[in-house]
Amino acid sequence: MPDIGNVLLEIRGLTRSFPGVKALDAVDFTLRRGEIHALMGENGAGKSTLIKVLTGVHKKGSGSIKFEGKEFDASSPMDAASKGISTVYQEINLLPNLSVAENIFIGRQPMKGIRIDWKAINMNAKNALAKLDLEIDVTLPLSSFSTAIQQMVAIARAIDIRANILILDEPTSSLDMAECKNLFKTMKRLKDEGMGIIFITHFLDQVYETSDRITVLRNGQFIGEYKTAELPRFQLISKMLGKELEQEMVSSGKRAEETPSQKEPFMTLNNVEEKGVLFPFDLGICEGEVVGLAGLLGSGRTEVAKLLFGINRPTGGTMEIDNEPVAIHSPRHAISHSIAFCPEDRKTEGIIPDLTVRENIVLPLQSRRGFLRSISRKEQDRITDQYIELLKIKVSGREQKAGTLSGGNQQKVILARWMAMNPRLLILDEPTRGIDVGAKAEIEKLIFRLREEGRSILFISSELEEIVHTCSRVAILKGRKKVGEISGENISEETIMTTLAQEGTGERL
Amino acid sequence: MNIVKKKRSLLNPGSSDLSIIYPLLAFIAILLFNLIFTDGFFHIEIKNGHLFGSLIDIFNRGAPVILITIGMTLVYATGGVDLSVGAIIAISGALAAQLIRPDYVKGILEYGDQTSLIIVLLVPLVLSIILGLWNGFLVAYIGVQPIIATLILMTVGRGIAQLITHGQIIVFEHAPFQFIGSGFFLGLPFPVIMVILLFILTWAITRKTTLGLFIEASGANPLASRYMGIPVRMITTLTYGFSGFCAGLAGLIITADIKAADANNAGIFMELDAIAAVIIGGTINGGRFSMAGAIIGALIIQSLTTTIITRGVPPQVVLVFKAVIIIMVALIQSKKLRDQLSLILHSGDRPS
Amino acid sequence: MRFRLSQKNIPILSTFLVFILIYLSGTFAYKGFFSLRVFINLFIDNAFVGIIAIGMTFVIISGGIDLSVGSLVAFTGVLCANLLSRTSISPFMVIFICLLCGAVLGFTMGSMIHFLEMPPFLVTLVGMFLARGLSFVISLDSVPIRNELFLTISKASIPLGNGIRLPAYAVTFIVMAMLGAYILHYTRFGRNIYAIGDNEKSAILMGLPVGRSKILIYTLNSTICAAGGLVYSLYTLAGYPLAGTGLELDVITAVVIGGTLLTGGVGFMEGTVIGVMILGLIQTIITFQGNLSTWWTKVFIGILLCIFILLQRYLSLGKIKTGSRVKT
Repeated sequence: MPDIGNVLLEIRGLTRSFPGVKALDAVDFTLRRGEIHALMGENGAGKSTLIKVLTGVHKKGSGSIKFEGKEFDASSPMDAASKGISTVYQEINLLPNLSVAENIFIGRQPMKGIRIDWKAINMNAKNALAKLDLEIDVTLPLSSFSTAIQQMVAIARAIDIRANILILDEPTSSLDMAECKNLFKTMKRLKDEGMGIIFITHFLDQVYETSDRITVLRNGQFIGEYKTAELPRFQLISKMLGKELEQEMVSSGKRAEETPSQKEPFMTLNNVEEKGVLFPFDLGICEGEVVGLAGLLGSGRTEVAKLLFGINRPTGGTMEIDNEPVAIHSPRHAISHSIAFCPEDRKTEGIIPDLTVRENIVLPLQSRRGFLRSISRKEQDRITDQYIELLKIKVSGREQKAGTLSGGNQQKVILARWMAMNPRLLILDEPTRGIDVGAKAEIEKLIFRLREEGRSILFISSELEEIVHTCSRVAILKGRKKVGEISGENISEETIMTTLAQEGTGERL
Repeated sequence: MNIVKKKRSLLNPGSSDLSIIYPLLAFIAILLFNLIFTDGFFHIEIKNGHLFGSLIDIFNRGAPVILITIGMTLVYATGGVDLSVGAIIAISGALAAQLIRPDYVKGILEYGDQTSLIIVLLVPLVLSIILGLWNGFLVAYIGVQPIIATLILMTVGRGIAQLITHGQIIVFEHAPFQFIGSGFFLGLPFPVIMVILLFILTWAITRKTTLGLFIEASGANPLASRYMGIPVRMITTLTYGFSGFCAGLAGLIITADIKAADANNAGIFMELDAIAAVIIGGTINGGRFSMAGAIIGALIIQSLTTTIITRGVPPQVVLVFKAVIIIMVALIQSKKLRDQLSLILHSGDRPS
Repeated sequence: MRFRLSQKNIPILSTFLVFILIYLSGTFAYKGFFSLRVFINLFIDNAFVGIIAIGMTFVIISGGIDLSVGSLVAFTGVLCANLLSRTSISPFMVIFICLLCGAVLGFTMGSMIHFLEMPPFLVTLVGMFLARGLSFVISLDSVPIRNELFLTISKASIPLGNGIRLPAYAVTFIVMAMLGAYILHYTRFGRNIYAIGDNEKSAILMGLPVGRSKILIYTLNSTICAAGGLVYSLYTLAGYPLAGTGLELDVITAVVIGGTLLTGGVGFMEGTVIGVMILGLIQTIITFQGNLSTWWTKVFIGILLCIFILLQRYLSLGKIKTGSRVKT
């Protein structure tokens, strides 16, 4: 395993600004041949800007980029790819209805005279995939394959164009454990062949499992480059966050005192299943309880939430609230049962950008009242002000357009709107994603406060520390199945991880 | 990271995206032009207690367009468009005429008993609402793109209208019905009264209840709105139904006015006027709407048409002017263009 | 390529099925339906709709739409007839000018759609009214074409035996359809059209020349449409400003029932040809029936379009299991 090979990529003093924002401030980055190099930082640290400048999406402000010793300047991602630097994005940016083979070769199809040589395309595609140990029917449309395979196709395309540097941007978000292992195997093989891989991820475990070096960015600035083996975990975290963490947030043993509720659950799901989406599972939620749903992305947690909130309907099983059977068939219906839902994707499913903060907060409340009885403007203002203060939302005023708020503040607006509904059950799907540590702590305090008021919370998160810290009961999902439930003293990161690690490979429906 | 507030400038009106200042100014400009160059434009005289004059004409002739503009505004706000309004106008008028003189198409020219006014008004309106709801159903529940869904009715609808009139132009006399088109009420032409009434009604429904906000939310982000308990699909369908109703009403006025139903030409090309008016008035395709702005937009279109025709240009040619105007307005409002211009104008300011 | 049931193939297969069904019902219902003459007439009578549908296929596969086609047909016809009768410009030059006008309109619309990011329906709707209005500007009434060359071309035809002849413009349709199919299947430009319709954002990231292609697509479409307008003027030997009203729907219908998805990314030129023939079949049946007014054609076509759109929606909801998801 080449440790200090030739330097493949050398970035020095890279700076790039946008109106009012300095996204990159004199950043350095070095990538060597045969190296997997993790690029880390919180949201807004500058990781994606760095990649975008490198691959020609943005022009650099100042600084130098040297590739294989020579000045490097790409005019577009395709130009960068043809020069040897390719990116595989989180949302597979390929063409779902076109065949696998065509996805690999589009834009540069081999020609026979003036016509496209389809035979060659299919043949070459097969070979390209064979290099990654993949054997599939390349004439099928891309969409007939799983995300993991589509990712391989994207990698195959990148390599086939030219293979010196491969940038993987959050590649594991939709993969199960087996698929992740497969990806890492491929990465290692590519590395052994001399490629340089830039690996962007927020999963610490994966960084420690695969990478040779780590570069940390924070607020657009270069914090440092380290050898992975020489950087302990919480040093990495503190470099990313820029402050020493409170012990609670980082240790996996301790958590806030939590006794599981002794009461009977007010809401129960028995053998609820959604064919093709979720295997049958049971779940009970008591009043004043914070129940966690833990598992990797793609394990089915959001799907459970969507069933509870009436966005999707179960194909089997029963649901009861207060010992009365219910069938929740729409969000409207769920709201009438005092259930609230903060979705994962706040931009597309949560915020209405052109409407004001006040309107965004007041809308579900108004919807529940019906269209005839409008909430008086005075009352709307009062409610809005109340939550702006309670959640410390940074706005210039009630009438600011919600689309202009930062991610964290948008999240707070969404929380405000549901809290204003005084729900019995509040479902939070990744509420702290992309939010700075300060806001995270505030949200956590909020959850505790709601619990004190006797409300129940279903808390979905990929951050195990958060789950461990706030929940008194945790249901663990894997491969669309509930594989375990732990409560009280048993809740710890280790138990969750062990449960997840058992059970063999994640099954697909 | 600190985000600096965008510089306020002509290209970035700060307060409200729906400032009706610009459309209002444009309308006033047209009126001024006519004040200077057209004799007797503002001349209003009173005959038999009725008001007459070019200015009144604009409102009167423009009444059908303003009516469908009101309906189109709400549809546009939900993120769609209704290309079928012209066809519904034709169907509505054809049906009314047929109800008045059902035997005309068979060649019998005598009248039977006079058909009750209620029937003549109600049946076409109900059908228009049903047709509108059909559009809404296709768009909201089946998920067809609004252009295609309403395009179907736009073409097929004219066929239906032709079938009702058996391909002929039905002429008729029906005093109570004719009043709708050419009568006067409180000194103003009845169509103008209808417009005022419909505007008040719509304003009350959308701004005095929360329906207006729900429509805007549904258009701006249907998914988020659904998750907040807003019945997005029902609201969308109802806006199309309302658009159908407005078109039906417009059809009745047109037919009553000329005492004839011409299935081929009634309402033809009127969709563009309505869409132009809505865009000029500042309504967003999927978001906030401005009824007042749209009506001013319709008045602008109408007064432009009148101005151009008084200069001796054949009416069909006005299409060219309308096309140019709507493109210019869309260009002015195009965010992309504003960003580009802003970049060019402010290129000296910022470090990169 | 191996045959496989998939979201791509089901629409065109249903198209073919519908074609066979309608043909069979016509054969059983009417004497003389099943004849070479009737079949050839399908190509002759619908040649100009077919030519325009070829251009529209490109646009719809790319995920766009063009509402200006009917008006452009009228404009081209009117321009052509008036240039021929009111000036001494040579007929070849006239043809060139008409095609050029189409190209300019298409180029302008495509540029606005791409550079200014304006929605295609709006830009082409305006194009529709612009072209229609300009037709009236040139002449308010129908103008006949008496030019020698045009008269000759309109009579030119290939004999097919049994006294049946295939006119030049029908040949044009067939040739253009074949060219169109070739472009879509064997050229990079054609494949880029599919890519843009499938996922434009990805296409950009993959380095495909999206902007250039989009503008070219609209330019090409309008030029083809102008050609269709010339064919129409050959067919009617007149330039009529109200020509082509409602043509947009016929053409879009032909393309949709030919298996092209309105959302883009999927479709075949061959399907469009069958779609055009289905429209022709409906018209033929109505003619054979004798007692239905021609307005019924529009109604039937509307219903057919509705059915196919519903079929497309049902398919795209992914409820039809066609080929399982594969894993290594």
